[in-house]
Amino acid sequence: MNDDKNTNQDGSGWAYSDKVKEHFFDPKNLLKEDPSVYKADGVGYVGSPACGDMMKMWIKVDPITDTIAECKWRTFGCASAIASTSVLSEMVTENGGMEIDKALRIRPQDIVDRLSGLPDRKIHCSVLGDKALRAALNDYFRKSKQEHRIIKDEAKVVCRCLDVTDHDIEDAVLEGKLTYEEVQQKTKCGTACGACKPRVAKLIEQYKLQYFGE
Amino acid sequence: MENNIYLDHAATTPIDPRVYEAMQPYFTEKFGNPSSIYQTGQIARNAIERARLEVANILGALPDEIIFVAGGTESDNLAILGVARANQHKGKHIITSKIEHHAVLHPCEQLQREGFEVTYIPVEKNGIVDPEKVKDAMRDDTILVSIMYANNEVGTIQPIAKIGRTCKKRGIPFHTDACQASGALPLNVDKLHIDLMTINGSKMYGPKGVGALYIRKGTPIKPIMFGGEQEKKLRPGTENVPGIIGFTKALQLAEESREKESARLTDLRDYMIKEILTRVPRTELNGDPIQRLPNNVNVSVLEIEGEALLLRLDMKGISASSGSACTSGSLDPSHVILALGKTHFVAHGSIRFSLGKSTTKKDIDYVLEVLPKIVDDLRAISPIIV
Repeated sequence: MNDDKNTNQDGSGWAYSDKVKEHFFDPKNLLKEDPSVYKADGVGYVGSPACGDMMKMWIKVDPITDTIAECKWRTFGCASAIASTSVLSEMVTENGGMEIDKALRIRPQDIVDRLSGLPDRKIHCSVLGDKALRAALNDYFRKSKQEHRIIKDEAKVVCRCLDVTDHDIEDAVLEGKLTYEEVQQKTKCGTACGACKPRVAKLIEQYKLQYFGE
Repeated sequence: MENNIYLDHAATTPIDPRVYEAMQPYFTEKFGNPSSIYQTGQIARNAIERARLEVANILGALPDEIIFVAGGTESDNLAILGVARANQHKGKHIITSKIEHHAVLHPCEQLQREGFEVTYIPVEKNGIVDPEKVKDAMRDDTILVSIMYANNEVGTIQPIAKIGRTCKKRGIPFHTDACQASGALPLNVDKLHIDLMTINGSKMYGPKGVGALYIRKGTPIKPIMFGGEQEKKLRPGTENVPGIIGFTKALQLAEESREKESARLTDLRDYMIKEILTRVPRTELNGDPIQRLPNNVNVSVLEIEGEALLLRLDMKGISASSGSACTSGSLDPSHVILALGKTHFVAHGSIRFSLGKSTTKKDIDYVLEVLPKIVDDLRAISPIIV
């Protein structure tokens, strides 16, 4: 960490690691050519401009070794989002390319570690990268007729009364809602019969550990 | 750093050397507690009473209508919580706008939790509150109206004299947050029909952590802090003497140079807005082109995200600010830009340059020179224009 600070309209500040800055100011594996010309084996597209982060990833796969040969991307988002995608693309393509099975096991925490950390409130920016990679790999599995390898990440309803899913809980934790009360306020889970409370509490602990290591 | 161009004066300003000089003796030889009866204490007491008179003169007010406080946020809190709680026997309805600073919105939300009802008036597309809508929202149980003088993000100047006149007719106390207005707009409380006005030092080349709340005589208000007799019990605690002296000097200087400096900044502002919109494709102005603070430039650059833009500008030695979610500490972008009816996408790409005393045309030209390239580079990273 260094002392560079940015002033915001609300007066708060933060500091980025040199590693984040390196990837933000000089992004690796950015797709520079026209995407319609680039021959990708799989394409993943996640996020939305409304939520402020949007990422597109194009991958090429070496079918013999089952490794990722190229990983190109474009990101609409803040410095953390851009740096996270850049560093992920470096992780999966270095040393001759990462095995797909191993790439599927990359967690947001691995990306954050590789960036020498991100401010807590920026953790959510690092999540989109591995989601985009998984989407691109699923697309590759589909196109290469390996449907059995597709990772399904369907949301599971946790709170039946208010139709709140595990994804909603995950999003709330990523927004920094770290207690049951805060998550409940955000998602309204458990405000009717309340039977889901133990499960929600367990999920909060799980996501906290996954994203914040606490 | 090669360049150091500070364009975030709406966040804070450096202290004017004359202000700094005026403050200095009150840290050292004139260090007394104004409540002490011996001479050292009375020197400090006389200094803050002279300051109070000076502030009152600038506002067209009486000295005992001025309460020194610790900055704009405290002043807004005291005005809103204090007036609401003192008047709750008359009613529990408050009117404010959707584009207020959080220092106004959050105390209002607190009052809602205490059983008050708050009407948040929307703004027009140009970021200005329609006084008619404020009038229409008034009820028999309305006990406070709080509308900011000028918006901190998009710089829009609100028709507070009109709103104030209506409030006066209806006998409803009217508060305005004028933190961004001092040094740019006239502050006469009678002409503006204001009952309470918040001003602070740190946006007008004065010290941080000090401000004043004007409270018209006869306005019922209760303290929000307890522990001393100071400032008519409305702001207990030993007075921040050097801060008060600095604040007052800064207000005096801001008032002296107001007309000349505003004219100079207005020209620079209009030049900068025009050139950004011309030189950088797919950009739009946020706020009103005319009813706008002389130092405020706020544009949205489509397809890119504000924080990324800020950091790239910082690399070039330019300090600015953004309404993007990534700079707000939450996942929601600026409530002000959204209140203009713009999408999240546009709000994420908003950037504010706020000019100041040190800003020259050369500085603006430098920004205009580097900005198009930075935007091009970031757009090349963005998937949205694929």
